[in-house]
Amino acid sequence: MTNIPETGRSPRVQIRLVVIQVLVLSLLGTLGGRLWYLQIREGDQYAKEASGNHVQQVVQPAVRGSILDARGVPLADNETRLVVSASRTDLLKMKDDGKAVLTKLAGVLGMDAEEVQQKVRLCDAETPQPCWNGSPYQPIPITDEATAKQALQIRERAEDFPGITAEPQALRRYPSPGKANTAQVLGYLSPVTDEEITKAQDTSSPYLRSDMVGRSGLERQYDKQLRGKAGVTRYEVDNLGRVIGEAEADPAQPGANLVTSIDSRVQRIAEYELNEAMKEARKQHDRNTNRNYEADSGAVVVMEAKTGRVVAMASNPTYDPNAWVGGISAKDYANLTGKKSNYPLLNRATQGQSAPGSIFKVIPTAAAIQAGYSFEGPYNCSSSYSIGGQVFKNFESQNHGPISLGRALEVSCDTVFYALAHEEWKRDGGNKPKKNANDWFYKTAHQFGLGEETGIDLPNEVTGRVPDRQWKLDYWTANKDAWCKYGKKDGTYAEKIAYENCLEGNRLRAGDSVNYSIGQGDTLVTPIQMATIYAAISNGGTLYDPTVGKAVISPDGKTVTEIEPKAHGKLPTSKKTLAQIDEALEGVATRGTAAWRFGGWPQDEIPMHAKTGTAEVYGKQTTSWFATYTKDYSIVMTISQGGTGSGASGPAVRNIYNALYGVSEDGEIDKKKALLSTPQKSLPKVRTDGTIKSPKISKDPVKDRVTPSPDAQATTPQGDDPADPQQAGTVPSPEMGNRQTRRRHRRRRGGTGTGKGLRRAAA
Amino acid sequence: MTGGVNSFQVSGYGPERAGWTRVFARDSLARRLDWPILFSALALSLLGSLLVYSATRNRTELNQGDPYYFLVRHWLNTGIGVALMIAAVWLGQRALRTAVPLLYGASVFLILLVLTPLGSTINGAHSWIKLPGGFSLQPSEFVKITIILGMAMLLAARVDAGDKPYPDHRTVLQALGLAVVPMLIVMLMPDLGSVMVMVIIVLGVLLASGASNRWIFGLLGAGAAGAITVWQLGILDEYQINRFAAFANPELDPAGVGYNTNQARIAIGSGGLTGSGLFQGSQTTGQFVPEQQTDFVFTVAGEELGFVGGALIIGLLGIILWRACRIARDTTDLYGTIVAAGIVAWFAFQSFENIGMTLGIMPVTGLPLPFVSYGGSSMFAVWLAVGLLQSIRIQRPMSA
Repeated sequence: MTNIPETGRSPRVQIRLVVIQVLVLSLLGTLGGRLWYLQIREGDQYAKEASGNHVQQVVQPAVRGSILDARGVPLADNETRLVVSASRTDLLKMKDDGKAVLTKLAGVLGMDAEEVQQKVRLCDAETPQPCWNGSPYQPIPITDEATAKQALQIRERAEDFPGITAEPQALRRYPSPGKANTAQVLGYLSPVTDEEITKAQDTSSPYLRSDMVGRSGLERQYDKQLRGKAGVTRYEVDNLGRVIGEAEADPAQPGANLVTSIDSRVQRIAEYELNEAMKEARKQHDRNTNRNYEADSGAVVVMEAKTGRVVAMASNPTYDPNAWVGGISAKDYANLTGKKSNYPLLNRATQGQSAPGSIFKVIPTAAAIQAGYSFEGPYNCSSSYSIGGQVFKNFESQNHGPISLGRALEVSCDTVFYALAHEEWKRDGGNKPKKNANDWFYKTAHQFGLGEETGIDLPNEVTGRVPDRQWKLDYWTANKDAWCKYGKKDGTYAEKIAYENCLEGNRLRAGDSVNYSIGQGDTLVTPIQMATIYAAISNGGTLYDPTVGKAVISPDGKTVTEIEPKAHGKLPTSKKTLAQIDEALEGVATRGTAAWRFGGWPQDEIPMHAKTGTAEVYGKQTTSWFATYTKDYSIVMTISQGGTGSGASGPAVRNIYNALYGVSEDGEIDKKKALLSTPQKSLPKVRTDGTIKSPKISKDPVKDRVTPSPDAQATTPQGDDPADPQQAGTVPSPEMGNRQTRRRHRRRRGGTGTGKGLRRAAA
Repeated sequence: MTGGVNSFQVSGYGPERAGWTRVFARDSLARRLDWPILFSALALSLLGSLLVYSATRNRTELNQGDPYYFLVRHWLNTGIGVALMIAAVWLGQRALRTAVPLLYGASVFLILLVLTPLGSTINGAHSWIKLPGGFSLQPSEFVKITIILGMAMLLAARVDAGDKPYPDHRTVLQALGLAVVPMLIVMLMPDLGSVMVMVIIVLGVLLASGASNRWIFGLLGAGAAGAITVWQLGILDEYQINRFAAFANPELDPAGVGYNTNQARIAIGSGGLTGSGLFQGSQTTGQFVPEQQTDFVFTVAGEELGFVGGALIIGLLGIILWRACRIARDTTDLYGTIVAAGIVAWFAFQSFENIGMTLGIMPVTGLPLPFVSYGGSSMFAVWLAVGLLQSIRIQRPMSA
C-alpha cells in the first residue's frame, strides 16, 4: 500500500490498467499505420480508381472518311440511317427501369418487346447476345433501320419516350459505283476488340469501345487516316450515374478521305472480264484431265506502268462488302470464311501465288545477259534437251533451230533456257557447288523483286518464292524427317521421290535449275509482282512499289497529302538489253504466242507487248497467265486451273485494253470512248466545304463499251479447244499459235537427278 | 478509504468563494474537470458535424431537400449530449451510483420495448424506437453504459467496502449474469456489432475489477471455442462467411459489403496527405460510399481532409482514451476505476472497429464512430460517458 497509498488498490488492478492502456495505444497505432499505408503509400493508385469512378465518357463517333476512285467517285462512303437509341441511365431512373417505355418503343418500331429489352441489357459472362457490349453511359442503339415516320413519332412525342433518341447516324456503305465492287481492295470493318483497345491505349490514336476498325484492304491499311477522332465528352457522375459536374468536351473530328488510283469504270470492266473469262474457261474441255477446266479463282491487275499505281485490281471469287456493315451475320460469315467458301475474302492479286510458267522467261533472259551470254546467240532451239538419262522436251517437240534470245521469248522456246540454265548450273559447280557460286538465274529473280513483297499498300501481301540454294536447304531441313521416314528405294513413285529427296533434297540439282528456268518447279509469284515487273520493263527498268492510295485529303479539304510513287529497285538490265526484250515482247503480241489475241490491234499507235504463260501444277489443271504492257499500262491476269495463257486470259485482257484506249474490234481508236487513254494524273477537285467533286458514272460501264464484249469463240476459233494448238486460226503466224497449251508429262527414266519430280516444266 | 469525504468537498467548497478566484481555485470544479477530454470530445463533435454535412448535403433522398438538415441535427445532438454530461457532473458520482439499478432497469426495459411492435427496423437491425419529430432512439447504446455501471456496482461493492481485495467468484458470476441478459436481447434484434462492443466492455470491466485471471482466460477461451464451433459446424452460410471475410478480400462480396469496403478504401486512399479539401471530395460528392454520414463517416475525413484529417481524428480519440486511462488509474475507488476502464474498452473497440472497417482491416459492422458519426443515441451515450469520466475525476483526491 505504500506505493499507491491514495487508491488503496491492489497491484493486480494497476498492472491490468497499464495493459489496457498499452492495448488501446497499439490499436490506435495500428489505425494510424494503416491510414498512412492507404493514403500516402498507395494513395496515387486509389486516386486513379476514384477518378475512374466518377468520370464517365460519352462518345460521339467520328465520321469515317470516304474511299474514292481516281476521279472522285466514292467506292466506300457513309450513308445516313435513322438510329433509335436508348439511354440506359435515363431508363434506370424510372420506377420500372424503363420497361414501359421500351415496350411502347417496340410497338412503334414493330419489334418484339422482349428483343428490345435484351438489346439494352449489359453484356456480362452470364448474359448471352443480344446485349450491349459498350459503355453503359453510351446511348444503346435499338435499330439502325428506323423509317422517317417512326423517327418522327418518337421525336414528336418526346415526353412519351424519355431517354429514347432517334437520330440520323453515319454507317459505312460500299456503293459499288457502276457495279465496280472492288471488295478485296476496299476491305471491311468490324468492331474493335478488347485486345486492340488495350494495345492502342497509350499510342497517339487510342481506340474507343464504339470504334470500327479496318480489317483488310484499304480500310485496314489507311485505318488511321480514315478513322478520324471520336469526340469525347467527360461528365462527372455520382454513384447512380447522375451528372453532377461540368463536362469537358473534345468535338469529333471526321476522318480524312482517301483518293485511290482505282478507276471504277476500268475496275468494273476488269471484274466483269475476269469473271467472263473464268465462265468461258469452265466451258472448255481439258484434254489432260478429261474434264472441263475448273477456273476456281483468278485475278487481274491493271497498273500504270510509269508510277506503279493500280488502276484496277480484281480478284475472283468475290463477295459483297456490304455484308459486313452493321455486323456480319453468322451465315454470311460462314459463306465468306468457311471451308467450302473458296475464300472470297482473299485478294488473289496480292495474296494468291502460283508458278508463273513462261511469263517468267524475261527473268532468265536478263539473267543470261548478266551471266555474259549474248542476246543474239544463236542458241539452238532443239526439240528436246537431255541431262543424264533424262529428256526435257520442248513444246510439242518443236524445233526452231538456232535463234536469238529474243526469238526464244517470242516462240517461248524452252530448250534454249534449259541449256542456258544447265550451263550456268555446271559453271557454278554442278553437284559440287562452288563456295561463291554466281547463281545468276536466281540472283536476277531476286533483283526483279521476286521472293519478297512488292510493298503494295494493301495488308498481308505474300512474297512468292525463288527456289534458290538457300530455300532448298531450308525446305529440306524442315521436311527431311518426313521424307526419310516415308521414302523407299524400291517403293511406289511417290515413295521413290521421297527417298531421293531425303538423300539429296538439300542440293540444287540440274533438273531443279532447268525447271526453274521456265518458271516451273518450286517457283511461285503473285500477279502484283508480275505486273510490277512488266511495268518496269515498260518504263525503262524502275520497279515501283505498287500503290492503290493516291492522296489523303483532310476532311476540310485543305490538306492534300499525295502518296508519291516510290521505287524499290531497278531491273539489273542495261538499256540496250531492255530494248531488246521490249522488242521481243512486242513480237510476242504481233507474231508470237499472243498474236492471235491481238488481231487487228492498232500496234503502230499503241504498241502492245505481251507474254503468255501456262503453268503446270501437280495434281491440278494448268494455270493461265497473261502478262502485257503498253507504254502506259501493264496488265497481268491469271486464272487458276483455267487453261492456257492466251486461251483463257487473252480475250479478257484485250477487252480491258479496248476499253482503256477506246479501241474497237477492228482496230479503230475512238478517243471519246476511251475510258483512260492516259493515266489519270490530276486529283479530283475539292470544293470549298471539303467535299470532293465526283463525275457521274453510268450504271454499268461494261454496256457502254466501243465493242460489245466479244465472244471469245466468235473471234478466235482456237478458243474452242485451247489444249489443241494445232487448230490454226485467223491469227498471223499460225505455226506459233497458242503454244502454251502443250503439256508434257514426262516419265522418269532412270534414277538420277531430276529434282523432286513432282512439278514438271511447261510453257 | 477516503473516497466518500472527497466527493463531499466538491459541493462543500463552492459557495464560500466568488468570481474568478473560485473558478481557478486549486480544487475548484473548473480545475478538477478533465479539460483535454472535454476539448477533444467537442472538437470531434464539431468536426463530425462538418463531415456529416459534407456527406449529406447532396443526398436529397435523405435530407428532405434541406442540405443543413443533418448538420443542424448533429449540433442538436451534440448539445443534448453536452447537457447530459453536465447533468452527470452535477449529479455527481455518488448520486449516480445509487441510481444504477434504476438506470439498468430502464435500459433493459427500453431494449425489450424494441422487440415489441413499437420497435422499428433500420438497415436490417431491429434496434430502433421511433420517436415523434423524426427522432429515433437506439436503446442498445444506453445498455452499453448501464452494463458498465451495473457490473461496476456489483464488482466494486465489497472491495470498496474494504471487505475483500478482489471480487469473488460469486460476485463475478452475478456481474456476468447482469451483462448477459441485455446482451442476449440485443443479439435477438440482431445487432451483432453492439454485442461485440458489449463483450469487449465485459472483458475490460473484468480486467479492471481485478477478477481472477481464470475468469479472464476462461472467457477468452469460451469465446474462441464458440467461434470455432460455429465455423466448424457450418452454422453460417457461405455468404455470411464471405460477408465477414469481405473486409480482407472485397471480391468475395463485391455487390454487398465488398462494395462498401471497396468504395470506402478508394475514398480514403484517394485523399492522400492533405485530402481534396472539405466538401471537395468526388467520392463523397458522388455518394459512392453508402451510410457515409453514420458508419462510414471516417471516409469523408479520409478523402476530404487526407491523412492529416484522419490522423487528427485518431489523435483526438487517443487523447480521450489516454485521459480516460489516467482517470481509471488515478481514482481512489474501484467503482470509478471499473467505470472508466469500461468506457475505455467501449470507446477504444468501437473506434478501432469503425475506423478499421473503413480502412479494410476489420469486418464491416454497423457501429458508429464516437462523437463523429451522425446519430442521436450514440451521441447521447458517448457524452454521458464523458460526464461519467468527469464525475469520477472530480471526486478524486487532488494530490494525485
